Amino acid sequence: MSDPYTDVQLIDKKGLRLDGRKLDELRPIKIEVGVLKRADGSCYLEWGENKVIVGVYGPREVHPRHMQNPMRGIVQARYNMVSFSVSERKRPGPDRRSSEISKLLSEALEHVVLTDRFPRTTVDVYIEVVQASAGTRCAGLTAASVALADAGIPMRDLIASVASGKVGDKLVLDLGQKEDNFGQADVPFAMVGRTGEVVLLQMDGHLTIEEFDTIMEMNRKASLEVYEIQKAALQDRYSSFTEEGEAEPDAPEEEKKDEKKEKKSSPPPKADKEPKDAKESKEPKDAKKPEDAKKPKEPKDAKESKEPKDAKKPEEPKEPKDAKEEPKAKGEKAPVPEEMVEEAIPEKDDKGPAGGDE
Amino acid sequence: MPVNIVSFIKRDYIHSMAAKDIRLDGRAMDEMREVTVTKPFITSAEGSAKVQLGKTQVIVGVKIEQGTPFSDRPNMGVLISTAELAPIASPLFESGPPRPPAIELARVVDRGIRESETIDLAPLCIEEGEKVWMIFIDMLPIDMHGNLFDAFNYGAMAALSTAKIPWSKIDESKKDVPLDPHHAPVSLTAVKLGNKVMVDPSIDEEEVADARLTVVIDENDDIRAMQKGLNGSFSIDEIKYVVGLSRDLGKKVRPKLMD
Repeated sequence: MSDPYTDVQLIDKKGLRLDGRKLDELRPIKIEVGVLKRADGSCYLEWGENKVIVGVYGPREVHPRHMQNPMRGIVQARYNMVSFSVSERKRPGPDRRSSEISKLLSEALEHVVLTDRFPRTTVDVYIEVVQASAGTRCAGLTAASVALADAGIPMRDLIASVASGKVGDKLVLDLGQKEDNFGQADVPFAMVGRTGEVVLLQMDGHLTIEEFDTIMEMNRKASLEVYEIQKAALQDRYSSFTEEGEAEPDAPEEEKKDEKKEKKSSPPPKADKEPKDAKESKEPKDAKKPEDAKKPKEPKDAKESKEPKDAKKPEEPKEPKDAKEEPKAKGEKAPVPEEMVEEAIPEKDDKGPAGGDE
Repeated sequence: MPVNIVSFIKRDYIHSMAAKDIRLDGRAMDEMREVTVTKPFITSAEGSAKVQLGKTQVIVGVKIEQGTPFSDRPNMGVLISTAELAPIASPLFESGPPRPPAIELARVVDRGIRESETIDLAPLCIEEGEKVWMIFIDMLPIDMHGNLFDAFNYGAMAALSTAKIPWSKIDESKKDVPLDPHHAPVSLTAVKLGNKVMVDPSIDEEEVADARLTVVIDENDDIRAMQKGLNGSFSIDEIKYVVGLSRDLGKKVRPKLMD
């Protein structure tokens, strides 16, 4: 429903939107990986006028100890809109909206992080929205999953997110600020890139069931575009090591290695990646140690040859491959079997309760 | 918040039965528990209802009081929904300020009501920029046996259907006016265990669920609000399936709430 106090023309006669976009066009997205030095992983994302910075710490000890899960780690995302991110100053600190969003984003991220690899720990994901212009939770989630990858946290895949809606009686992709304010419906959405599993879904407004189906398809397609941008950003970040002789000193060696492999060979590289991650989880200290990370060449080789391989060898064939192949083949149905395959241990079962209770 | 412990044996049992389309309480996967509505229930509130969803019981009170409007909506009434997971309802609930689960519950119920324009906020203006009617929907669980999302939605809709704006309080010559909620948005929540989707989860099912989806549909079969929760996922087809169930089951519940 359009706002009774304004008569905003959101779509012009040519079918273009206020910012000149077509109905099914994303705003420009720019992702930069590894922008913070102190955090274990980080990401800066610009999505239209949105500017989001994400820092990841962990796996590390869970602070209120009763929140520890002896079977697996937890993911705690904190979504925060800073006071100056909107035109009228927002009172700082968490409010009900951000509490809800933090909960949903934590749950979505937990779906892809292999939390059984680091029991009793937490991965903290701090999402700071420093400039807000509609779609901040989607921007935050998109950036968060890139930052987790940057931190070397073992994950099954990246999560790509986007929101579509209904504006001026038209279904449109990636709502802008005015479209969000004066639109008729908003459907924030996030999906695991490779499997199509929907891990975030909200809706408010007014849609027929048919319109909703169309929007879901728009969201799905656009998520895949976002997913490609995320992958490209990670490749950009870590490819410099391969091609330019490790020009950037502060990237963790392990990650570099992984990323390289991914780029060069498509399917097999992924398999490498995950096993690698597996190592990290076993030896979470490596991931955390900033010192290790900062030594570009030497540590890299050392680690790769020594720890990772040894640790990985047993696992590689089993978990990673199965996990990856299944989703591809089966699509939607893959999620369940996939998880099972990955987790040789019985811990998987506890997902439900832990997630729910936080 | 105390962490609930579900034994692996119980979890595995629920999952393995679900895989055979069997639920512990004997319901079909797409079968809701019985909904019983008592309204009005509280005389000190402007609107109220007690709702039973199976063994789950909630009380919802609607208070309507004078207050100041938001500065960007000087001539519109205000709608505020809150939920308190009071310790009376479950050993797992603790007193104290609302934590994220309670906030999510209240906001999802609020979204269903707000987005379906159930309450026309314009007539709630008393004096532009100065005084408007504020509608507080306060939701209290008293016996928690699963699925507060739907119990609260039903309770809120039933309570709103009994609510009257107390104009007589500010002007004795005026009569109280029924709030008269529109569009009758009704929610349905489903959870996913393994790859099975079941509606109206019991507390056991909720505790071991991988993912949760709430869909609010109005009397014209249009979707008004949705929320996916927990760390599992749904496929797009599963989402469409739940939307269809919400439309069909909502038709059975709606008359109990609104009539």
